[in-house]
Amino acid sequence: MSRPRILSINDHASENLRYIRETMERAGSFTAVPGWGGVFMGGTALAASIVAARVPTREAWFAVWMGEAILAFAIGCWALIRKAKTARVFLKGPGRIFALSLLPAMFAAVVLTIVLYRYGIYALLPGLWLMLYGVAVVAGGTYSVRLVPLMGICFMVLGVIALALGGEWANFSMGMGFGVLHIVFGAVIARRYGG
Amino acid sequence: MAKQNKLEVHAIRPGIAPRSRAPKSPTQLDRVIHEPVRLGIVSALAVNESMSFNELKDLLKTTDGNLSVHARKLEESEYVLCEKQFEGRVPKTTYSLTTQGKRALENYLTHMEGLIRTARDG
Repeated sequence: MSRPRILSINDHASENLRYIRETMERAGSFTAVPGWGGVFMGGTALAASIVAARVPTREAWFAVWMGEAILAFAIGCWALIRKAKTARVFLKGPGRIFALSLLPAMFAAVVLTIVLYRYGIYALLPGLWLMLYGVAVVAGGTYSVRLVPLMGICFMVLGVIALALGGEWANFSMGMGFGVLHIVFGAVIARRYGG
Repeated sequence: MAKQNKLEVHAIRPGIAPRSRAPKSPTQLDRVIHEPVRLGIVSALAVNESMSFNELKDLLKTTDGNLSVHARKLEESEYVLCEKQFEGRVPKTTYSLTTQGKRALENYLTHMEGLIRTARDG
């Protein structure tokens, strides 16, 4: 049997304060991920996959998805801020931690996109985007509900499949990932965890 | 979206007399929240307008029985408000912090800070 830990009153009080602070941080980030924002992002991604399948050139295809990325980023920021305000937890709190955790993988995605665009290697882009977005979501969702990192893992798996399938399936895999996965997980998060 | 049917809102369950163990004076330690699960519930609700039973269970990594016992104690002391609803056919219990609960947490924080200050100065 383990001996009970003996703490001074000072240590005990400090430990209690630390516990309160950590619980508040986790409780905030627990519900910081916006579900309805994910559904909206999924809707615009599905529309983008339909438009991208109809454009005649690779440059136009690239422009459609870049436009969608900017739109999705704006929707994501709006939804994150909106949910943080609803929960009275502004961006200086857990919402900010979630957003900052996404940044390293997003930065890598931007750099690699520029490099592959310069060399004209478009076929690798969907797999790369899906995989790095998945990495970003797994990192951001570490302290969130289990569904968030699970969604990230689904994106990573789909990224591997997209890389294996090649450029011909680009719009299908992008629509399945950024469209369907966002809508399904977003709806479940919104329903279970309030918005 | 599932239709929500509100069943009941209560701070104290009907038929149960409040057995408040709240401190009589601000300098006295509040035994109601001086317990990890209850302190966790109050802290989590302090940064969220409301949280469901399942969210609190996942967050505090505790069991259904344990959470319900401690949530009941907080209800009896009127620190949290319990709301029971139906989302479609699925029952959903949500908790929120009352003004009394917020005050209790503030007093508890002041008390802990006071203990640290006294230990450091003395």
